[in-house]
Amino acid sequence: MRADALLDQVVDSAEPEYNFAFLDERTKRAIRRAALKGVAIPGHQVPFGSREMPIARGWGTGGLQLSLALIGPHDVFKAIDQGSDDSVNAVNIRHFVAAMSGVETVTATAEATIIQSRHRIPEETLRPDQVLVLQVPKPEPLSRIEPRVARSQKMHAEGDYASMWLSLYEGVALSGDISMGADYPAIVNGNYLMAPSPIPRWDMPKLHHAPFLTLFGAGREKRIYAVPPYTSVEPLEFSDYHFRVEEFPSPCQLCGATDTFLDEHVDPHGGGSTYSCSDTAYCAARREGSQA
Amino acid sequence: MSAHRPVLKVSGLTRLFGPGCDACLSSTGPEQETNRCVHCGTTVACADVSFDIGEGEVLGIVGESGSGKSTVAGCLAFDVPASAGEARLCTLPGANMFELDAAARRRLRAMEIGIVYQTPQQGLRLDVTAGGNVAERLLSADWRHVGQIRERAGNLLERTEIPRARMDEPPRIFSGGMRQRVQLAKALAHKPSLLILDEPTTGLDVSVQARILDLIQEIQREAGVATIVISHDLGVIRLLTERTLVMRLGRVVEAGLTDQILDDPQHPYTQLLVNSALT
Ligand SMILES: Nc1ncnc2c1ncn2[C@@H]1O[C@H](COP(=O)(O)OP(=O)(O)O)[C@@H](O)[C@H]1O
Ligand SMILES: [Mg+2]
Ligand SMILES: [Zn+2]
Repeated sequence: MRADALLDQVVDSAEPEYNFAFLDERTKRAIRRAALKGVAIPGHQVPFGSREMPIARGWGTGGLQLSLALIGPHDVFKAIDQGSDDSVNAVNIRHFVAAMSGVETVTATAEATIIQSRHRIPEETLRPDQVLVLQVPKPEPLSRIEPRVARSQKMHAEGDYASMWLSLYEGVALSGDISMGADYPAIVNGNYLMAPSPIPRWDMPKLHHAPFLTLFGAGREKRIYAVPPYTSVEPLEFSDYHFRVEEFPSPCQLCGATDTFLDEHVDPHGGGSTYSCSDTAYCAARREGSQA
Repeated sequence: MSAHRPVLKVSGLTRLFGPGCDACLSSTGPEQETNRCVHCGTTVACADVSFDIGEGEVLGIVGESGSGKSTVAGCLAFDVPASAGEARLCTLPGANMFELDAAARRRLRAMEIGIVYQTPQQGLRLDVTAGGNVAERLLSADWRHVGQIRERAGNLLERTEIPRARMDEPPRIFSGGMRQRVQLAKALAHKPSLLILDEPTTGLDVSVQARILDLIQEIQREAGVATIVISHDLGVIRLLTERTLVMRLGRVVEAGLTDQILDDPQHPYTQLLVNSALT
């Protein structure tokens, strides 16, 4: 049975038993409390009692729980996966939230009040009245260098990030430049080191002193953290080797944009690569705008 | 008495492994012939250790295996917490460094204290480049310019006779002697006020050992850094140090000028140590 059919069935059969937005109010309060604590301590990972959700862990359950805990009847919801509103994952999450809360869903970024996303931040600058919810597979930025949780927590507590800097140094020494890509570690509010989720480096500057709130939810790892509005988010960099965003060899083949993050499409017949906006809603709006 | 400006003053340094009880100290030590408390089973790894070191001075700590030498070093490098006692470093006037909070301790360790451990695994990340191992200390001290870091690391490695061309290779592929020299470069990275060498040449071939001892001597003189040399080898102690503590079962049994101690030992244990070394 297809997922949406299954979902319909769940919704139909269980409608009276489910609370608004699926989660019971106590659970939502607990999640909001964790999110508030995250806001109070920017970049600090707050543990929360991650619930079983009707999607598999690792498919955005952390983000979904945040969205459901935040959403009210007058919210407008948007879900994207790697910039696309149309991927199966984004469609499923959007349908589920709509079915469980009855709120309006949109693809236009400007119309949404809550935007749940995997691996991207929309190209349009979000406003103070919008909340970005990012799905996080690996919340611990130190896990790649220190697998022991007790150790990494101590490192956070003491602001001891020398080993992270060392791994950055090793990249430069061995490959001639900083070799970190997506999920680029950054210092939040001059204090905690944070994994921004696997967003491209392109999206990092959007978090720095952003006018909007970003919440990060890791369902499997049971962690919530936050970047409150107008908070510094500084990617690690050396004074002679800088953090740099991705560069693209040509503009978007669909809308001609030169100022967006592009997906590469490799021609399987050896015809080279073409590029198009990863943020599909933004790309579509630009094309519509140019036609009008 | 030392004529040098004091760099480090340690008094009453004690470290217990175990629950501890009121009788731990009175039931252990050379007179009791044990460092293990019969009442509670605690190991008194070191107790009531006191000494001063002046600028540019080299202090030896000698004693058989298990006498507490590495524990003294470990407490001063914050690898293990001291159970009691004080240590005052001249760069941190007025403060007992054992009472600093974790972040301040880490900072002091990064800025002021360099240590070479007996085994390279204790002091190095064997799979990180030699340059990276040195760099880590500079990064801890907030150096953020790769060019400057590599310049300093390269110079130090060259000074410890690791060719600059090998600074981007991991110590895992180095010989034992080279690894110790990388540790030395790392320990010196941030111009420490205190250098601790814990059996730096133990386990190395005699010829390799001699070369490293020469190097240590040269560098120590150049840098003029207050140094603690720990060894169970009286030859190393005689070569490198001006003053010496003799430790046994966690206690200092004799302290004084190295030449005097080795030529005219007062304590029966030291006499035994010196005599057995001669035969
Ligand atoms: N982590 C530890 N736990 C329990 N006992 C220890 C520990 N480290 C050292 N000891 C004990 O403390 C005593 C002193 O050890 P150590 O300082 O390593 O001596 P040395 O360096 O002179 O050989 C020994 O009896 C040793 O077994
Ligand atoms: Mg030892
Ligand atoms: Zn006892």
